[in-house]
Amino acid sequence: MEIKVVKDILGANEQIAERNRHLLDSKNVFAVNLMSSPGAGKTSLILETIKRLKQEIKIGVIEGDVSSSLDAEVIGKEGIPVIQINTGGECHLDANMTYRALDNMPLQDIELLLIENVGNLICTAEFALGEHKKILISSTPEGDDKPFKYPLMFHTVDAILINKTDLLPYLRFDTDAYSRAVKGINEKVEIFQISCATGQGIQEWVSWLLTQMNRRYGGR
Amino acid sequence: MHELAITKSMLDLVLEQAEKVEAKEVGKINLVIGEMTGVVDECVQFYFGFLSKGTLAEGAALSFTMVPTMARCRVCDKPFELKEFDWTCPYCQGNNMEIIAGKELFVESIEVE
Ligand SMILES: Nc1nc2c(ncn2[C@@H]2O[C@H](COP(=O)(O)OP(=O)(O)OP(=O)(O)O)[C@@H](O)[C@H]2O)c(=O)[nH]1
Ligand SMILES: [Mg+2]
Ligand SMILES: [Zn+2]
Repeated sequence: MEIKVVKDILGANEQIAERNRHLLDSKNVFAVNLMSSPGAGKTSLILETIKRLKQEIKIGVIEGDVSSSLDAEVIGKEGIPVIQINTGGECHLDANMTYRALDNMPLQDIELLLIENVGNLICTAEFALGEHKKILISSTPEGDDKPFKYPLMFHTVDAILINKTDLLPYLRFDTDAYSRAVKGINEKVEIFQISCATGQGIQEWVSWLLTQMNRRYGGR
Repeated sequence: MHELAITKSMLDLVLEQAEKVEAKEVGKINLVIGEMTGVVDECVQFYFGFLSKGTLAEGAALSFTMVPTMARCRVCDKPFELKEFDWTCPYCQGNNMEIIAGKELFVESIEVE
């Protein structure tokens, strides 16, 4: 007997992600999922963002890592609530792991939640966490062909931060061609050129982030 | 790499459906996988082998329908297959398109006894 199913394999994850989003909304917490290859600059961006915003808004961080807790220790020094998730070998965070972290977070004391996903461009694109925005950090030394190799990621995200622009003089990276290709398959994506080393473009990113937060929960 | 988590979810979904109809055994699972997901069928097959041991789905055959990535040009409205290193419309060279296929990742049907 053949039974029609036609159900998404990741449907269960989507449901939990939806629940996470409800939980976050009920506490007015705006969550962003930061994804990238290993070493593109997720932790650096979190530190820069904290530096610019911590006087203004209350920030919390979830650090996803396959096994270490180095990144969480670095962020912890900023005096900000951090929860570390060790994925135990999995190459991405999922909605369930995120739920467990949220459960341990003082959500009533947080307005902006930055989630550092595991460094990986394939798996992380598939798994919703319950975030409000998906952000990709794409660093210039990785090369300008990455969109073509990981189309799902580039198609899915709300914003792309081209990081390490301070290194552009030493690389062959065609920012215009790259941006044109990405916009071709993701019309609405915002693209920022930043450097966590020099601070270039960070202010634009931070302003955009605040605008998105206010749009969701209204001005404070 | 994400095939392990995906295979686990797939198996859960299949077992839930099979139990609903009180099936004794799952003979075949028909899957639809879009090219953009990067899911490798051999990996799913491999993980399925050990994850399904001792379940209703042990020994079930997996059938994969792979879907290529398709886009529709927003300039001339024609559909085309998205080529790996060239994201322009082959008809008008436009480079603004909507992805219309390639993100699929679902269980189409199962065959049970
Ligand atoms: N030149 C330059 N180096 C940078 C920049 N941003 C980050 N780096 C360096 O890149 C390296 C990796 O940065 P991280 O912030 O740890 O990257 P990550 O994405 O968190 O790395 P994982 O968590 O290990 O995946 C560090 O040595 C940073 O100092 C930048 O804008 N310019
Ligand atoms: Mg890091
Ligand atoms: Zn066209």
